[in-house]
Amino acid sequence: MFQVQRSPEVHDVVVIGSGAGGGTTVKVLTDLGINVTLLEAGPMLDPMKDFKEHVWPWEVNHRGSGPNAESYFGKQQWSYWNAPNGYWDVPGEPYSIAEDSEFRWFRSRILGGRTNHYGRISLRFADYDFKPQAFDGLGFDWPVTYEEMSPWYDKAEGFMGVTGTHEGFRSAPDGNFLPPVPPRVHEMLVQRAGKKLNIPVIPSRMAMLTKGINGRLPCHYCGQCGRGCHTASAFTSSQAMIFPAMKTGKLKIITGAMARELLVNDEGLIRGVSYIDKATRSEKQIRARAVVVAASACESARLLLNSKSTKYPNGVANGSGVVGRYLTDTVGYSLGGNIPALENMPRHNCDGIGGMHVYVPWWELDKKNKAFPRGYHIEIGGGFGMPQLGSFRGAASQAGYGAAIKERARQQYGTNINFAGRGEMIPNENSYCEIDNTKVDQWGIPVLKFHWKWQDYEIKMVQHMHDTFTSLIETMGGRVANRGFNPEAAISKGGQIIHEAGTVRMGDDPKKSALNKYSQAHEVKNLVVADAAPFNGNPDKNVTLTIVANAWRAAEHLAEEMKKGNV
Amino acid sequence: MNEPVNPAIPLSDLPDVSRRNLFRIVGATAITAEMLAGQTAKDAPAPHAMTGMSADAVAANPKSLNGGPNYVPKHLKPHQFKTLRHLGDLIMPADATSPAASEAGAAEFIDFLCSRNEDLANIFDGGLAWLDQYMIHKHGTDFLSSKPAEQTAVLDLAYGTRGGAPEVAGGAQFFTWARNMVVDAYYTSPVGVKDIGYKGNTVRSSFSVPQEAVDYALKRSPFGG
Repeated sequence: MFQVQRSPEVHDVVVIGSGAGGGTTVKVLTDLGINVTLLEAGPMLDPMKDFKEHVWPWEVNHRGSGPNAESYFGKQQWSYWNAPNGYWDVPGEPYSIAEDSEFRWFRSRILGGRTNHYGRISLRFADYDFKPQAFDGLGFDWPVTYEEMSPWYDKAEGFMGVTGTHEGFRSAPDGNFLPPVPPRVHEMLVQRAGKKLNIPVIPSRMAMLTKGINGRLPCHYCGQCGRGCHTASAFTSSQAMIFPAMKTGKLKIITGAMARELLVNDEGLIRGVSYIDKATRSEKQIRARAVVVAASACESARLLLNSKSTKYPNGVANGSGVVGRYLTDTVGYSLGGNIPALENMPRHNCDGIGGMHVYVPWWELDKKNKAFPRGYHIEIGGGFGMPQLGSFRGAASQAGYGAAIKERARQQYGTNINFAGRGEMIPNENSYCEIDNTKVDQWGIPVLKFHWKWQDYEIKMVQHMHDTFTSLIETMGGRVANRGFNPEAAISKGGQIIHEAGTVRMGDDPKKSALNKYSQAHEVKNLVVADAAPFNGNPDKNVTLTIVANAWRAAEHLAEEMKKGNV
Repeated sequence: MNEPVNPAIPLSDLPDVSRRNLFRIVGATAITAEMLAGQTAKDAPAPHAMTGMSADAVAANPKSLNGGPNYVPKHLKPHQFKTLRHLGDLIMPADATSPAASEAGAAEFIDFLCSRNEDLANIFDGGLAWLDQYMIHKHGTDFLSSKPAEQTAVLDLAYGTRGGAPEVAGGAQFFTWARNMVVDAYYTSPVGVKDIGYKGNTVRSSFSVPQEAVDYALKRSPFGG
């Protein structure tokens, strides 16, 4: 007979989730001498075993297709080579999608969460991003300003290590940067094209170490950050924050722990956490003085909504009813092209850091009469990458068969370029998640149901992206790989860019928001949410750096409140 | 779930530069691994097998992945395997620069995945059977035994400029899969990496691109030199 196992020990702070937000919370609180217990739904990470850095394709007999040829049948969850346990479909953990909606939900189940899987692009939100409503009347103002956030960005960048240069763009505030990485050849061509078109192309801002900091070695420029970095030169919360915190003796990690419910006492405070111990499939309860939820925007909303009680019938911290609402993701659109100038270029190693060395910040902020509000940045791909399954199928198909295949492949290698637009979505009433009361996951926990709708703003932005990328490619003398363009079909699906935010938003008014300006629940002062759920908007700047900065600020505030005896 | 990897190349076989690279990486990672508390130390695995071979080292002595005449296929019958290996070498033959698909282990790669995936096995079992039947009906012998010109004639129909001819429509799916997977195998092998000229997967202390490459691209671009 299974019984709920209740531990009498009262933990100082229980942190749920070990990604950017959870990792930051763990680091900050343990540095301040507070005992932290970390719940992670996945297993422990062992970089030496789990990261496939530097492995050649032929060193595994399936060469990267997956052990059962998954990639050949579209069944691969995430590239075989990339850091493990990232899923578009977590086995046994389904979710529902409303009719007429499309949504994809990427989840990581491993220590470090999605910091193992992300692109490490690290962009500050701008002043107007925190006050969008004041800026142009759309969206929701944050209860904090850029000036308040700036010192926390300094800390976050200083600790993570972010490349960059001082450029003075209002849309892309400068930060506390490590030296940039010189551009690759195709990136120099993009810079020239940008100059002609008045589009700025500046050094990218990426969380890779061009200098060793905090005991982490400098980058060795193998370009394989996505596989996971053995030397921790590419930022992950696991390697940079959690492993060092383990050495302090202040951190206890419980892996394979799927948080099920936050438990509330008679005063309406959190008294503990109920979680499923996956190994035994049994429920366990631990007691806590305070809880920091950082399970990812939608998982955090799910946990709050599933924490129903007499005191909180709509879920904990949800008296306002906003939990799950105003779900946003980034607007995504990509266009590739082929640049003849690069054909048969002298071969050289251009691995560099994983991802782009230069990027385009939003450059039309001051333009009048735009077809859409806000803006997007442009990410650039290209170069002589390590050949992989699929790299030369196109060349082969053009060449037919015989020696012509090799000739065509040699000529085309390194000539493809890709532009990816990453733009701001305006929060709307029709994009949200809620509990699907008819379905549970394999742990018995009710699942989420997603509702999604892009607005005309986003569709028009995708048209602008397409036109811009086309002129960049053509200005480089290239040919667009165009298979017909329709912005409504070409826009990414909700969730696909993996920048979900906004589901437990902060604000000054408890009737319209769940959290205060320190990401502390209005109704429950010993509850903090520390991922992208508190975000009031989702600018064209990837969420991770702001998750770290905001979580850092929230953790220090929580520590102060605990010290004062308020929590 | 990780597949077993091929045996790592012994350290003694690596050129000095690569060996230093490997030691540098492993030495550096010891710092990270040491940070893991007792919780995982007991089952700390060996580092993921990596040869530490730079692309230059691969190109200097590109290892053949040809399993040789005595290779025992994992899924295909010996006749099917021989047919596939020969077909692979017609799709990607040797040229002045590099060897044929068999040196990239193309047939071995496809055979291995057929042993792991029934849908793939069906495609290759059926396709190879179709190919032999087609040749027997047309020329009286199976593909392997037919004349070189008869073999290339069917490839001309399958992969020619007009695409799959109606006459070979039954084999169309197979021909697409065969070419895709032969090409995939080729460029994910040491001979393919050497042929295409990939230079990375190594350790550098700083990043730069050669001026020669910059000049080459700029001169050919609309921006001039």
